[in-house]
Amino acid sequence: MADIDIAEEIPLPAQQRPPVVTSGVIGWLRANLFNSVFNTILTILAVYLLVLTVPPLIRWMFIDAIWSAPNGQACRAAMGQEGGACWAFIGQMWRFIFFGRFPYDAQWRPLFVVVIIIGVILASCDRRLWGRRLLLLWLAGLVAAGILMSGGVFGLRYVPTELWSGLPLTLILAVVAMLFAFPFAILLALGRRSKLPAVRIVSVAYIELVRGVPLITVLFMASVMLPLFLPEGVTVDKLLRAQVAFILFAAAYLAEVIRGGLQAIPKGQIEAADALGLGYWRRTRLIVLPQALAMVIPPLVNNFIGAFKNTSLVLIIGLFDLLNTANTALTDSNWQGFASETYVFVAAIYFCFCFFMSRYSQRLERTFNRGHRR
Amino acid sequence: MSNAAEAMPVQAPAPSIIEMQAVHKWYGEFHVLKDINLVVGRGEKVVVCGPSGSGKSTMIRCINRLEEHQQGRIIVAGIELTSDLKNIEAIRREVGMVFQQFNLFPHLTVLENLTLAPIWVRKMAKKDAEETARYYLERVKIPEQADKYPGQLSGGQQQRVAIARSLCMKPEIMLFDEPTSALDPEMIKEVLDVMIELAQEGMTMVCVTHEMGFARTVADMMVFMDRGEIVERAPPQDFFAHPKSDRTRLFLSQILAH
Repeated sequence: MADIDIAEEIPLPAQQRPPVVTSGVIGWLRANLFNSVFNTILTILAVYLLVLTVPPLIRWMFIDAIWSAPNGQACRAAMGQEGGACWAFIGQMWRFIFFGRFPYDAQWRPLFVVVIIIGVILASCDRRLWGRRLLLLWLAGLVAAGILMSGGVFGLRYVPTELWSGLPLTLILAVVAMLFAFPFAILLALGRRSKLPAVRIVSVAYIELVRGVPLITVLFMASVMLPLFLPEGVTVDKLLRAQVAFILFAAAYLAEVIRGGLQAIPKGQIEAADALGLGYWRRTRLIVLPQALAMVIPPLVNNFIGAFKNTSLVLIIGLFDLLNTANTALTDSNWQGFASETYVFVAAIYFCFCFFMSRYSQRLERTFNRGHRR
Repeated sequence: MSNAAEAMPVQAPAPSIIEMQAVHKWYGEFHVLKDINLVVGRGEKVVVCGPSGSGKSTMIRCINRLEEHQQGRIIVAGIELTSDLKNIEAIRREVGMVFQQFNLFPHLTVLENLTLAPIWVRKMAKKDAEETARYYLERVKIPEQADKYPGQLSGGQQQRVAIARSLCMKPEIMLFDEPTSALDPEMIKEVLDVMIELAQEGMTMVCVTHEMGFARTVADMMVFMDRGEIVERAPPQDFFAHPKSDRTRLFLSQILAH
């Protein structure tokens, strides 16, 4: 109480008004959206476009959507003129989209595989676990996933790879491709900068050759051409061939990204490591690579995201990845014409994984840059 | 104990620990080192000076094979430097080097910078390596910075960490390649103080530097280089008082003018 009295008694000196509000909602709007005529026009245009597109989308996705129906006709009848999303279709088909042609009663196995893969990925995000133990964890995870998928041991029914499908197939293709492509890419990048001419030429030739060919071509070669060259009676599983194609393809791209990081390492770092007697491999492992890789995290993750989505190309050689099972679900005679719902659903699944990768890369960048800042 | 006993009485007729015999080096057509002959005794301190581009950095970088010589022989700690990787690594274990630009590893903490080579090259246990590292951090008077990253330290502190990093390998020889040239003036002294202490303890040192005060204090021998040649060598008192060559005189007048 007393404080207020005193404050009222003392006349405040005439204060200058602050020029414009720079904090709060209005200040933020003024500073970011309406700070020039051009930006104001852009803002109004953007808002107009949002008004035009977002409400109908929300109406389609949620308000007018049908959440349950016995079949496609019932769904269409229920949604009436306006037409919303028929999520009943997804409700009916999600198991097929996720697990595809894997034997229905054994689908707990691919479900476990998905859980294992996501679990190991999450564990890998913790930097404290990085090291030999994590490598063992990955090995155990992949072996467990392999056993669960193919069976044939521990009383599990044998399931040939032609029946592996849906999300587990997509995850296996992507994760195994990255896991093997990454070390291979490091070797290629080092090879490209090697002093030994033979190593350098082989690395350059490999990288340029693979980068110069579309992934689809590599997949076709793996699925169609390779069997022609193999001696009679020798067959390599189609999934394995596609997997190898992905590894080889991703490695070439990753190698160039890593080379960028290697070139950014100051010469003094290498000299200091040499002067301490570290030798080429220890120098590379302890000094060069940690710094080079930390520098190229954004393009690396960019490549990982690209590689993850590229797995959807296996549908052209007849493997049933997530996108292909979704496509197959669309052909169900009871549920015709729900392509939009299916693709929105599949896109959302892809998005979850890619968004996670991108967020995690940002966090990694922050951790690694901490030491370099003053 | 045995180390100290060996290190102390070394003053007398010192057996040579670095020998360069008729060493030549070219960069393409450019003759950077011309007939370099240099013998450094155990425990001896040699200060190398000369105008920039005279080949002094190139010369000391030949001692641990950061630069390759093309002619002549270099024998360090009894091992001849050839293209044999084993020899090169053996020599590098015994030769510490401090660079103008510090070249600390920015992704590692100060302590990790210091323990890296002892753990991976000397195969020391991590605990012992850390003990050694803390001892040398104490010696260079920055024990409190152990857990910081190099980027968080001042130039002088970074250079002292770099010296400690080399010392952790317990080298027989320390090479200094213009260790104070990249430092702000007020930080030069803290680095030179550490180097003087090191010299007084009997370390064999080859320093490329323009710090003539430091040279007067610690050097057993001054070497003056110009245009790839060793022009003059003499104990510091003679070198500064009665330089024999004109080129040395000119150089000294320029460097001591201000």
